[in-house]
Amino acid sequence: MTDDALTSDLGALAYDPAPESSSIARLRESYGLFIDGDFSAPESHEQFATLNPATEEVLATVAQAGARDVDRAVASARRAYDRTWSKTSGAERAKYLFRIARLIQERSRELAVVETLDNGKPIRESRDVDVPLAAAYFFYYAGWADKLDYAGFGANPAPVGVAGQIIPWNFPLLMAAWKLAPALAAGNTCVLKPAETTPLTALVLAEILQQAGLPEGVVNIVTGDGATGEALVAHEGVDKIAFTGSTEVGRLIQERLAATPTRLTLELGGKGANIVFEDAPIDEVIEGIIDGIFFNQGHVCCAGSRLLVQESVADEVLRRLLRRVDQLRVGDPLDKNTDVGAINSAAQLARITELADAGEREGAVRYTGACALPDRGYWFAPTVFADVAQSHRIAREEIFGPVLSVLTFRTPEEAVAKANNSNYGLACGVWSEKGSRTLWVAQRLRAGVIWANTYNKFDPTSPFGGVRESGFGREGGRHGLEAYLNV
Amino acid sequence: MPAVISVPAIANEAELRVFVSALSGVDQVGVESRVAKLGTRSLKTSTKRRAIDLAISMVDLTTLEGADTPGRVTSLCTKARRPDPGDPQVPAVAAVCVYPDLVAHARRVLEGSDVAVGAVANAIPSGRASLNVKLLDVADAVAAGAHEIDMVIDRGAYLSGRWGQVFDEIVAVRAACGEAHLKVILETGELVTYDNVKRASWIAMLAGADFIKTSTGKVGVNATLPVALVMLEAARDFAEQTGRLVGVKVAGGIRTTKDALKYLVVVNETAGSAWLSPEYFRFGASSLLNDLLMQRLKQRTGAYVRPDEFSGD
Amino acid sequence: MSERLDVKKTYKLVVNGAFARSESGRSYEVTTSTGAFVANVAQASRKDLRDAVVAARAGQAKWWASTAYNRGQVLYRWAEMAEARAAELVEHLQLAEGLKKREAQASVSRAIDRIVWYAGWTDKVTQVLGGANPVAGPFFNFSLPVPSGVVGVVAPQESSLEGFVEVVAAPLCVGNAVVALASERRPTPAVVLAEMTATADFPGGVLNVLTGLTAELAPHLASHEDVDGLDLSGCADRGDELARLAAASIKRVYRERDKGAENPLRRLRTFVETSTVWHTIGQ
Repeated sequence: MTDDALTSDLGALAYDPAPESSSIARLRESYGLFIDGDFSAPESHEQFATLNPATEEVLATVAQAGARDVDRAVASARRAYDRTWSKTSGAERAKYLFRIARLIQERSRELAVVETLDNGKPIRESRDVDVPLAAAYFFYYAGWADKLDYAGFGANPAPVGVAGQIIPWNFPLLMAAWKLAPALAAGNTCVLKPAETTPLTALVLAEILQQAGLPEGVVNIVTGDGATGEALVAHEGVDKIAFTGSTEVGRLIQERLAATPTRLTLELGGKGANIVFEDAPIDEVIEGIIDGIFFNQGHVCCAGSRLLVQESVADEVLRRLLRRVDQLRVGDPLDKNTDVGAINSAAQLARITELADAGEREGAVRYTGACALPDRGYWFAPTVFADVAQSHRIAREEIFGPVLSVLTFRTPEEAVAKANNSNYGLACGVWSEKGSRTLWVAQRLRAGVIWANTYNKFDPTSPFGGVRESGFGREGGRHGLEAYLNV
Repeated sequence: MPAVISVPAIANEAELRVFVSALSGVDQVGVESRVAKLGTRSLKTSTKRRAIDLAISMVDLTTLEGADTPGRVTSLCTKARRPDPGDPQVPAVAAVCVYPDLVAHARRVLEGSDVAVGAVANAIPSGRASLNVKLLDVADAVAAGAHEIDMVIDRGAYLSGRWGQVFDEIVAVRAACGEAHLKVILETGELVTYDNVKRASWIAMLAGADFIKTSTGKVGVNATLPVALVMLEAARDFAEQTGRLVGVKVAGGIRTTKDALKYLVVVNETAGSAWLSPEYFRFGASSLLNDLLMQRLKQRTGAYVRPDEFSGD
Repeated sequence: MSERLDVKKTYKLVVNGAFARSESGRSYEVTTSTGAFVANVAQASRKDLRDAVVAARAGQAKWWASTAYNRGQVLYRWAEMAEARAAELVEHLQLAEGLKKREAQASVSRAIDRIVWYAGWTDKVTQVLGGANPVAGPFFNFSLPVPSGVVGVVAPQESSLEGFVEVVAAPLCVGNAVVALASERRPTPAVVLAEMTATADFPGGVLNVLTGLTAELAPHLASHEDVDGLDLSGCADRGDELARLAAASIKRVYRERDKGAENPLRRLRTFVETSTVWHTIGQ
């Protein structure tokens, strides 16, 4: 029998386009800064455009916050902390957060469409992952607001004060939820700085905060570029900085705050190893590898970007993996049948392209998925590199794109050694039907999160965060409260 | 998981055990989440129309009641040939499926059509009879003209580890079928685990099944999407290693077009387009057909259709 | 034109997600604190109690099979429903406890907030009460709180709403199903609140509420072998006797201590078991 008959060409069932309507987004032409409970123009009146990466069309313009705007936002947060939020009981804070969770659920479809338009991720993911999880984080931390005494940090743990929170572009709404929900539950007020290329869902969230009746100034949202983030980090009125983003920027922030009393948590890059043993459930392994690296176009700090396969099954795994990669549907992120969407920005596309080219130059074997790519927008076809060596750049540097490097190992010890041979330590996967070995490996992996027989799973009850240069501090679960409590 | 194993000719139970035991396990969470994701595929416009017609052509219209009569079978066969008398474009179904004593009658009614006649033999649904009795049951149905024979494996033998007995019985029934196609029912609702479904699928295929089928429709749990996924993966892998395509039939509990389309998506994205034909994929169902006809009409007229638009057969 | 005649409501038992009169056909008269007629309330029999336990056992399996997140949402939904029908609860509370309107409103608010408090516990008890245990050996060892199962509750006789919420929400939030005997003389606030579970996505049988004579029903609840836990808050006067009955099937028994010394999690912890798992670690 020929290979053709076995690859799914979707022949008789080639799916017609099934696009979600972009009008659901109800976008405004321009957005101001959300300070003191209302939208206002930045002092400079400077606006910048946010694009749909799938079409390169302008979606809206948003305000560029300068240092004076950040100052205004921090002052607003301080006022709200002193006058309102610190005097609001845990039970009342809880009810605000429950309201926010419910409003996110109510406006879920709108949020999903906005997220997909602004970020380029498939609507299936924004609809089934980002938005429901964002609501879940608010729901979960709502319950903590009046139970802080039970969180294991002693009686009456106090909040930190004003938290400055800088979030990345890969999960814009979800990262806003990860930051705001625990901070508010613990009794802090916030100044949130969304990523430059993906500000829109945070601004819809601002409307939701208004609908929830959250007191003015408890959450302030300042849009802008790196300079806005710098101003926030440098601001003396901020008691705590929480940053999610690249290790490069994280390092600068830590240095900047080193001699200040400002508290810091960092959630940075990663080079996750997805370790496959010969006894693993093969069909689910393939799906797990796919989810590990192609979820959200690989724009995931904890992506399983290094596949470590036991040599005895390496050929079989690679063969099945490549067959599966060819089935991925790349294209219009608003199409409900799209598996892999657009790369978030031209700059990111350039970085992915540069690293992938380096992989080829260094001698790895490149395999690129068979899908056709749209003419406009930023796209990168799902790519797998075989015969990758530990020393290759594509095995060491975070690509943050749909590019997988495949390496092999012979024994559990070697798997652990290779997985740990990285400056990063965010997440790893272990695939085996043998529980004792999975636990043996998990105990030895230097990573903040280890998934066994699954990958890229998130839950508000589960702490997430890295070791070494992947950052410090945890988000999620009881542990996630610590970053926002003065304990 | 084994590296590519070329499938051996199974000479004895020990060889069978070695081969089947070496199959990789199935992770329940992974299978179910894969199916949930595939369940979000959205079939629109022309895809949906094609998929509905394809599903109609894959239906094994089934009646397996103690109260079946020649009259009941006649109306079923009439419906099978022309599911929608008002629209000649509607394809005929794949087969009608009846108890052995009604096979001859069904053949007479379906004379001149392409609709196959299937018979459930082998002491279905329990399968609890001696091999001799089962083989006589099969021979009877074949003699009466059945094109397809459905048998059910001995779950007792499977669950107590007597895989060789399961295998031998299928081989014997396969021989008794002669020209007729053999569909082997695994009764997955009684095998319970996906590991069992995978192993039983392989035993049946190795023993010569032309089709592997989920259920008799007579136990509490019938076809489910994850079970279909596991069976289709097994059929795909078997074809890859042997070059022989084994069909998959899902039976019991599939009542709506929405459900049927989900199965087609799973077929499409697991085994691939080679299985997207009545030759290799079937729905064992009765009420599904009318829902497919209703949705088909709705696709054409845009208006929702009342159930009485189509005959209740 | 004459004034419109009220449509009066029949108060039924809440069993298995449905509303039923007692199988015995009995009812008893409930009056206000000043003796005015409120309603004829179903007087549950021992057989109604038996049916409720069967329903609770089946309901508990479904309740515990759902995720902690989902249970939290369901309990929160219950609070949403109660808030939407707060006026009705206030009215019943005024009749039942003879409160002024403002007092009744405050009590209803506290009761609703308490449901919200417990809603937040569903997905937190595991981290607070459970954990990993560093055993000396190559084992991964962890302990998880799991529900006792079916909890029988004799609800407080005086505090007909707040007291009721406390005794049912605590065992519910950790995954138990509940069979509650409402306050004998003040049953309607509990019945009205329990009715709202029907619009809050509770699986049938998770919360069952019986009205009737405490003295008649409580011993059957205490001695029922398929009831795993027993909260005797509403019958302190016969507590010793009922606790002895509960001993025959080794029930977990909650009895109120001095109010001041009460730990807010003791009730919840009473109806939780600790399940510990050992798993080998090795290559």
